[in-house]
Amino acid sequence: MSRVMPVLVVLLGIVALWYGAAVAMNAPWARDQAARAGTPLSTGQLIAATMVQERPVLPAPHQVAKGLWDGIAGQKITSKRSLVWHGWITLSATLAGFAIGALAGAALAVAIVHSRVMDLSIMPWAIASQTVPILAIAPMVIVVFASAGVTGLVPKAMISAWLSFFPVLVGMVKGFRTPDRMQLDQMHSWSASRAQAFFLLRLPSSLPYLFASLKVAVAAALVGTIVGELPAGATAGLGARLLSGSYYGQTIQIWSALFAAAGLAAVLVALIGLIERVVLKRMGLAR
Amino acid sequence: MTRYGEGGARPGALILGLAVLVLVLAANRWWPGSGLLLFVWLAGWAVNSRLAHYEGPISAMLVPLIFGATLLASWEIACASFAIPPVILPAPSAIGAAFAANLPLLWGDFVQTILKGALSGWLIGAALAVAVAVLIDRSPFLQRGLLPIGNFVAALPIVGIAPILVMWFGFDWQSKAAVVVIMVFFPILVNMVAGLKATDALARDQIATWSASYAQALVKLRLPSAMPFLFNGLKITTTLALIGAIVAEFFGSPTRGMGFRISTSVGQLNLALVWAEILVAALAGTAFYGIVALIEKRVTFWHPSQRG
Amino acid sequence: MIEAKGVSLTFQTADGPVHALKDVNLSINKGDFVSFIGPSGCGKTTFLRTMAALERPTAGTLSVNGMTPDQARKSRAYGYVFQAPGLYPWRTIARNISLPLEIMGFSKPDREARIARVLELVELAGFGGKYPWQLSGGMQQRASIARALAFDAEILLMDEPFGALDEIVRDRLNEALLELWAKTGKTIGFVTHSIPEAVYLSTRIVVMSPRPGRISRVIESTLPRERPLEIRDTPEFIRIAHEVREGLREGHSYD
Repeated sequence: MSRVMPVLVVLLGIVALWYGAAVAMNAPWARDQAARAGTPLSTGQLIAATMVQERPVLPAPHQVAKGLWDGIAGQKITSKRSLVWHGWITLSATLAGFAIGALAGAALAVAIVHSRVMDLSIMPWAIASQTVPILAIAPMVIVVFASAGVTGLVPKAMISAWLSFFPVLVGMVKGFRTPDRMQLDQMHSWSASRAQAFFLLRLPSSLPYLFASLKVAVAAALVGTIVGELPAGATAGLGARLLSGSYYGQTIQIWSALFAAAGLAAVLVALIGLIERVVLKRMGLAR
Repeated sequence: MTRYGEGGARPGALILGLAVLVLVLAANRWWPGSGLLLFVWLAGWAVNSRLAHYEGPISAMLVPLIFGATLLASWEIACASFAIPPVILPAPSAIGAAFAANLPLLWGDFVQTILKGALSGWLIGAALAVAVAVLIDRSPFLQRGLLPIGNFVAALPIVGIAPILVMWFGFDWQSKAAVVVIMVFFPILVNMVAGLKATDALARDQIATWSASYAQALVKLRLPSAMPFLFNGLKITTTLALIGAIVAEFFGSPTRGMGFRISTSVGQLNLALVWAEILVAALAGTAFYGIVALIEKRVTFWHPSQRG
Repeated sequence: MIEAKGVSLTFQTADGPVHALKDVNLSINKGDFVSFIGPSGCGKTTFLRTMAALERPTAGTLSVNGMTPDQARKSRAYGYVFQAPGLYPWRTIARNISLPLEIMGFSKPDREARIARVLELVELAGFGGKYPWQLSGGMQQRASIARALAFDAEILLMDEPFGALDEIVRDRLNEALLELWAKTGKTIGFVTHSIPEAVYLSTRIVVMSPRPGRISRVIESTLPRERPLEIRDTPEFIRIAHEVREGLREGHSYD
C-alpha cells in the first residue's frame, strides 16, 4: 500500500495537469468557433467544448481512453482500424528482431570472452556503437529492402535485431566477466574444462546482466520497429498509425497509437521481468 | 585463466601459407572477387591474432583499428567486384566522396539537428531533471511516486511523441528540442535522485554533528556526491538526444536537418548521401559522448572509477 | 562536564522494542579520557551518539557543559570522530579540514590558520594539498581527527576511530593520541573493542554489557598520565586489563 499510494497520487496529479492543459490548449479553437457562430460561451460551456473536439490540440485523457478502447475492443481485430491488428504487426516484427538480435548478441559474447582476438577487435566498436544513433539507418534499411522486393516484417525485424544486438552483446560480455579471478582460479584448481567453467560459473553469474540487457533490448527493438514503420508507404503497424495521424491531424489517433505502443513496451518489459524473477528464484539467486 | 592460444612461429607455417594461397585462388576461380575478399579477411585476422598476444595499450589500439580497416576494405572490394548497385549499398569510397562533396550541406544539417535540436533540448532536459530532483529531494512521498513512473517511462517508445510535438511547436528545431527534452528528462531524473541519496549514514551523521543547515549539506556534501550519478545519466542520454532530434524530423521539418536529409535522400535513392549523414551522426554521437565523458573526468576526478 | 542521569534509549523495531541503553548514570570530568568497552550491542556507540545528539534518549537527562546535547552541538562543544575517516574525496586534506569551519562560518584567514595548526598537531603538515585517496588509512584517520580538532571543541568523541586499521598503525596512533591529549587537555570519550587500547589510553574505563545496554563496571586507571608503549608490559597494566576482562565476563553471565 505504502508503495502504491505515492504512485497513484502522482498519476492523479498528472491526469489533473493533463486536463488543465487540455482546457488551456483547446480553448482558443473553441472560442474561435463560438465567435464565428456568434454565440459567446460561458466558462462552463467553454470547458465542456474543450473536451469534445474532434481534432483537439491536446485530447483530454478520457478521449484518449475512448480512442484506445475503440481501437482495441470496438473493431474486428482484422480491421485496419483495429489497434490490435496494428499492434500485432508491430509486435511480430519486434519479437522476431529481438529474438535474432538477442541470440546473435549472446552468441558473439560467448565468442568474445573466449577469444582475445575477437575481444580486442570487436568490443571497442560495440561499445562505441552505443554512442551512435543507429536508429537513423531505419528508413534506409526499409527502402533498400523494398527496392530488393522485400517488404513487411523482415526489414523491420532487421532494424530491431540490429538495435537489440548491441545492448545484449555488451551486457553479456560484462556478465560473463563477473566471476572474479579467485573464482576462475578455483575452477582451474579443479581442472575444469573451458566448457565446464562456462556452464557452471560464467553462465549462471551472467544471468542478472542478461535480463537487464534483455529489457533494454526489447524496448529498443520496439522503438526500432515503430521507426521502421514510418517511411512513406507503410500502412500497417503502430508507427504507421502515428504517421497517418500526424498527416491528417488526427490527434486522438496519434495519442491512442502512442499509448498502445507504451502499453506494448510495458508488457514486454514486464514479461522479461517475470521470466527473470522465475529463473533467478529457481536458481536461488533472487533475494 | 583463459589462455589466448599458443604464440610463436609454427613449423607448419609454410604449409599453412600454401594452403591459404590455394584456397584463395580456388575461391576466386569459383566466384571472381571472392578470393581477394577472403585474402583480406585472412590477412587481417592473422595480423590481429599475432598482435593479440601482446598485452598493452598499443595492441589494444591497433587491433580494433585493423579490424575496422579490414571491414572497410572488404566492403569496398565487395562493392567493386560483385557489382553491388549503389542504390543498395554504396562503396565506402563513394560515401567518402559524397561526404567531401557535400560538406556545407552536411554542416548545415549538423547545425540544425545536433546543435539546435539535440543539444539545446538535452541541456534544457538535463537542467529540468536536476531541478526537479532537487525540488522533490525533501519529499520522500513524491520520490516514491515519481521514481517508478520515471523508470517505467524510460522503457517506453517516447520518440512516438514526436508527431504531437511537431504539431505543437512547428516544423523547426524547437519541436525537435521538445522531443529531446522529454526523452532525456526521466533517465537523468532517476539518476539524479539516486545520486542525491548516495551519501552514507556516516557522512550524514558527521555533517549533523557540525550543525549544518539543509542547504549547506546539499551544496557541500550531497550535490558533489551525486555528480557520478548525474554524469551517468548525462552520458546515456547523449545518444537518446540525437535519436530524438533525428527521428522527430521524420515527422516534419524545414528543408534541412539530418533526419530530413536522410528521409528525402532515401526517397531519391541517393544512398551515398544518406550514408554520409549517418557518418556525421556517428561522429557527432561519439564526439558528444566523448565531450561529456571528458567533463565528467574533470568534475569527478576523485571517484574511484576515474582514478584508475 | 558531561552528566548522564538515568539515561535510557529504546528503539522500536519489527521484532519488538530493543533496549539499547537502560538507566545509564555517568559523569565525565574535564580533562578525562574515558573509554567505553563492551561486546557489540552493549550500547557503547549508542551512548556516544546520545552525547553527540545523534540519538535522543527516551528517558533520563543528559547534560553536556550544563546544556542539552543539542545546544552543546550548536555551541560547538564537541568534535566527533567516526569509525571511518569520512573525508570527502573531492576535497584536499586541507579543504576537508576547512569543511566544518566553512559550515560554522569562520573567516578565510582564520580557517587557514586553524588548518595549519591542526595539521601540525596530527603531524600531517605538508599533506594539506593531497587528496584523501592519496594517503594511507592511518593518515586519513589522522586527518579526520585534525578536522574534529579544528574548531576547538573541548570534547572529543571518538567511535572506534582506529578499528579499521592494522595493529602496528593502531599502536602508533594510540601513542600520538595520548600526546595530543596531553598537549591540548581535551576531554575525550572513546569507544573501543580492544582491552589493551582502552587500558593504555584511559583515565577511566567504562565496561558495558548488552541486553539491555548498561554500565556494568567503571574502572579508574591507576596508571600515570605519562605512558610510553612499554607500559603495557608492567604488572599494573596487566592487572587493570584483567579487571576489565572480568568486568566483561560479568556482563555476559546475565544472558
